[in-house]
Amino acid sequence: MRTIFFILRKEFRQIFRHRVMLPMIFLMPIIQLLILSNAADFEVRNIYLHVVDRDLSPASRRLIGQFAASKHFVLTQTSFSAELGFRDLEANDADLVLEIPADFEKKLLRENEASLHLNVNAINATKAGLGQAYASAIIRDFNNNLRMEWLDMPDRQNPGRFDITHSFWFNPDLNYKAFMVPGILVMLVTLVGLFLAGINVVKEKEIGTIEQINVTPIHKSQFIVGKLLPFWIIANIELGMGLAFGKLVFHIPIAGSLWVVFGFAAIYLLVVLGMGLLISTVTETQQQAMFIAYFVLVVFIMMSGLFTPIESMPGWAQKVTWFNPIAYFVDVMRMVLLKGSGWYEIRLHVYAMMAMALAVNTLAVLNYRKVGA
Amino acid sequence: MNTVISAENLTKKFGDFTAVDRISFEVFQGEIFGFLGANGAGKTTAMKMLTGLLRPTSGKAQVAGFDVYRQPELIKQHIGYMSQRFSLYEDLTVRENIEFYGGIYGLTFKEIRRKIPQLLHELGLLEVERQLVKSLPLGWKQRLAFSIALIHEPRIVFLDEPTGGVDPITRRQFWETIYQSAAQGITIFVTTHYMDEAEYCHRVSMMAQGKIAALGPPKQLKQEFQAQSMDEIFLSIARGAK
Repeated sequence: MRTIFFILRKEFRQIFRHRVMLPMIFLMPIIQLLILSNAADFEVRNIYLHVVDRDLSPASRRLIGQFAASKHFVLTQTSFSAELGFRDLEANDADLVLEIPADFEKKLLRENEASLHLNVNAINATKAGLGQAYASAIIRDFNNNLRMEWLDMPDRQNPGRFDITHSFWFNPDLNYKAFMVPGILVMLVTLVGLFLAGINVVKEKEIGTIEQINVTPIHKSQFIVGKLLPFWIIANIELGMGLAFGKLVFHIPIAGSLWVVFGFAAIYLLVVLGMGLLISTVTETQQQAMFIAYFVLVVFIMMSGLFTPIESMPGWAQKVTWFNPIAYFVDVMRMVLLKGSGWYEIRLHVYAMMAMALAVNTLAVLNYRKVGA
Repeated sequence: MNTVISAENLTKKFGDFTAVDRISFEVFQGEIFGFLGANGAGKTTAMKMLTGLLRPTSGKAQVAGFDVYRQPELIKQHIGYMSQRFSLYEDLTVRENIEFYGGIYGLTFKEIRRKIPQLLHELGLLEVERQLVKSLPLGWKQRLAFSIALIHEPRIVFLDEPTGGVDPITRRQFWETIYQSAAQGITIFVTTHYMDEAEYCHRVSMMAQGKIAALGPPKQLKQEFQAQSMDEIFLSIARGAK
């Protein structure tokens, strides 16, 4: 214990003395949280719409008016030729081209039926999908309104129309930030743990002090605990800061118990720090460690369900995420903060995390050698 | 005389390459034992085996009465070590370095608090106690590193090219410190490239191609090789090796 105290004191002295380290640990994550939380928003606004109106009738103008009034669309251009519309699409000046044929109103009146044509730029699949859905909804609305007016049906004769109402649970305002901030926090905490812990041990290899450590009677478990505990503490403080920030600035809900969040984080960080240590045992320089840590982090984040739902990944990829600690923590954060889940609901996550912590750290400790072969 | 280091047919192989080839020698208490050889002759490898940093391939060795295979951690408790690759933390102050190494060698807080002023006084470093080590001149750092290697009062201290890159005056001072320690009964095992330093040693061994090519007091070796200086002996051995 005494030995660990001396190592800890040394580590903290070095961390707090380092001019780049402190802002990197405490300032950068806050800035990232601010930027990412505002930017990582999947709600699609500002879909550029080009309307090819060849009808120029009251009905077509009314339809266009409804599009223009929508908060999702920006009407950039009205023209009479499909070719112009397509050119806009090609030039990226429009995401969506709505074509209203010349006989639109006529057909609507006579045949009670008319067709419209939508061209969607599907390079950005999310935007295309949502844009198409929004457009369809507007057209359906328009259609219904028109029919109600023209048929001029007295209320009692109203045919069996039904409306679907829905309610959103756990995030009733569909606040995207409430969904993203907890996930981004996970990413930031992981960043600190994985990078700093990985680099920290390698740094001693690089400057040669590890050799001096290895000729002392320090037990390797003492050295490892002394090396990793500072970052475990720092990452926990950072999580606390991030949550406070999320609450104050983004008003994220904290429905569940913070004890559950920090309890889970405690185990989770063991996994992350163990991975950092494992990386540092297989690398010789800080650059190598950085590169591997970066590689691991990118894959884990992309496959964590932070930005894209795991459920929509292909089957094999979903299986890969079983071994992704970030995926578990992102899930737990959302469950606890938004839904108010407790220990019982996240028990499987906890078991998985414990197993991973054990596996990773065993591997790392076995791989760390004081005596060369 | 008490034997504190003994090696018998100590060998280290890396794949097909034999870095240290069946070396045998003894070092006695209070002796300054010079370990010489050209770069790549196997000095550092031999030293790493004796300090418990590297596991030998075959042969026997005991350091401070402990076996290098079975008790490397006990050896570590009883030796001091100072490497050419410089072992202090540059971003810690003089005082903090002493505190850290004292602590991990198991000194109590009280002992550390007693040692620091004593040590700083001996080194003449009292006024730079709170300065970062990186701001000190190389010669001071080396003397500090040497004192820290002795902080837990080991019976043997291993010095791996301790005076690399410093001026002759500083080297001279450093060797005076070594003599003082040896006079107190501490055994000094030192590698060096400077042949004038070899003259300061009680006994020297010269390695070439993983083997010990010469072993004895400097005077005796000069007679054996009919040489005027250690330099000549070193050159004839190093050339003979090629």
